[in-house]
Amino acid sequence: MLVLLGIAVVVFGFVVRANPLLVVMAAAITTGLAAAWTPEADLAVMWQAGVDTLARFGKAFNDNRFISLVWMVLIAIGLLERSGLQERARMLIAQVPAATSAAVLWVYFVFRQVMSALGLTSLGGHAQMVRPLVAPMAEGAAEAKHGPLPDRERYLIRSHAAAADNIGLFFGEDIFIAIGSILLMVGYLETNGISIAPLSLSVWAIPTAIVALAIHSLRLWLLNRRLTRTLAGVKAEGGE
Amino acid sequence: MITLTHLYILAGLVFGAFAVLSAVDRTNARRFRNAAFWGLLAVSFLFGSTIGDLGNGLVALGLVVLAAFGLGQGKPNTTSQDERRASAERRGNMLFLPALVIPAIALAGTLLAQNTPMGAIIMDPKQATLISLIIGVLVALAIILVWLKPPLVAPLQEGRRLIDAVGWASVLPQMLASLGAVFLAAGVGDQVGKLFADYIPLDTRIAAVAAYCIGMAMFTILMGNAFAAFPVMTAAVGLPVLIHGFGGKPEVVCAIGMLAGFCGTLMTPMAANFNVVPANLLELPDRKAALNGVIRAQIPTALPLLVANILLMYFLAFPT
Repeated sequence: MLVLLGIAVVVFGFVVRANPLLVVMAAAITTGLAAAWTPEADLAVMWQAGVDTLARFGKAFNDNRFISLVWMVLIAIGLLERSGLQERARMLIAQVPAATSAAVLWVYFVFRQVMSALGLTSLGGHAQMVRPLVAPMAEGAAEAKHGPLPDRERYLIRSHAAAADNIGLFFGEDIFIAIGSILLMVGYLETNGISIAPLSLSVWAIPTAIVALAIHSLRLWLLNRRLTRTLAGVKAEGGE
Repeated sequence: MITLTHLYILAGLVFGAFAVLSAVDRTNARRFRNAAFWGLLAVSFLFGSTIGDLGNGLVALGLVVLAAFGLGQGKPNTTSQDERRASAERRGNMLFLPALVIPAIALAGTLLAQNTPMGAIIMDPKQATLISLIIGVLVALAIILVWLKPPLVAPLQEGRRLIDAVGWASVLPQMLASLGAVFLAAGVGDQVGKLFADYIPLDTRIAAVAAYCIGMAMFTILMGNAFAAFPVMTAAVGLPVLIHGFGGKPEVVCAIGMLAGFCGTLMTPMAANFNVVPANLLELPDRKAALNGVIRAQIPTALPLLVANILLMYFLAFPT
């Protein structure tokens, strides 16, 4: 039971808003020490347990370097921003009279979900698509109609741009048979003596995908109503 | 054949350049901390395979200490708002081309490596998506450099501008994955599963379905990853109670259970690469809060979807 202290450290760390990297390291060391603790353990044993935990953490950190490779995208995206990519995205969307922020987000959300269901999960992402293209287009659509956005609405639109990417990805990708989570389930069931074809698992991801599409479409429709109402109010107050 | 090793060298050199450029950026009062942070990351990429497990642990510890003291944000020379607007007017929609080249090559490269013998010779098929993504970045970079002729240091300076905006959150996903490894070695998951099996009443079908789905979501919220929750909750509730006890179809129980876990992913700062990194990339003012704007935008979709998953499993997984 003592090893659960690590989870307590994580929860406590987020509650007191400590730096998350610090929280993660503290939780790892706590867990390692708790796992090694016995009533007889002396300082030398615990010190060794701490060092071993740090080494285990370091090994995993090294094995997971591939996660941070995605930042290489920033050198190309930054260069494009310097040349006015975000401004161009705003201009383009301003030429479409029917476009609203929520409509832009909805189109991207559906695109992301359908592409993920076909296994094309790399056609998206926060660094590659959301920051340079989706968020500026969604903001631009509102700006074209209502003028400069108040901060509150600007950040609300940006948050929804990230949400559209995540929700489209999560509830699309499991329909594709060769995605990591499907393979994990097949492997897990196999070791427990149950043989399941990947296809039969991915078929059962479809009902949830449809519900997710319905719920999030409704949410974006509500967002549209909210933005239309508040932004029209802002404009009227401005006396223009 | 291109493997991750080559990409690590490239990433190490780029982060090393970020470190050097940070060190000479006098606009940043904490420039040496930033330089040390990106420098340590460069060390990890370049020498991670040779400095040993404890060495890597100390590198990670160094990153944590620097982040805890606080990083600054450099202000590299970049274009003004007006210059950008003028450039956007002049270049027109062609500006989208290099941006779209990146995902296009990531996609094409993945498909080639996994489906053709030629592709498998060029790159490691297991890592094809990452390798193709980086190739896409290099191609886009080449197009921009030839077409727009920015100063040669501009890619590194603009990259540093963005990575400084993301800050320490850039290594949070990697750190969380490492925490997951420590949790796994200490048997944290098994303990949580045991708690669930011992203290939650699972004698009716709806209670067991709800316990499994909500457990998947809650454990995912704590661990930040539905993949970590799945074996634990399925061993505690899914297999013994739902599948063997109530006779649920394993494919339905597992598929919908995993998606219930994904509802948890939408609600937790522990899923850093989905919820914290974009808040930093989009420069949200509340990016340091546990429930930042991205998570708050997702909760009203995640909760009803979790309920829907419970109902779907209840009605679809059982033969009668």
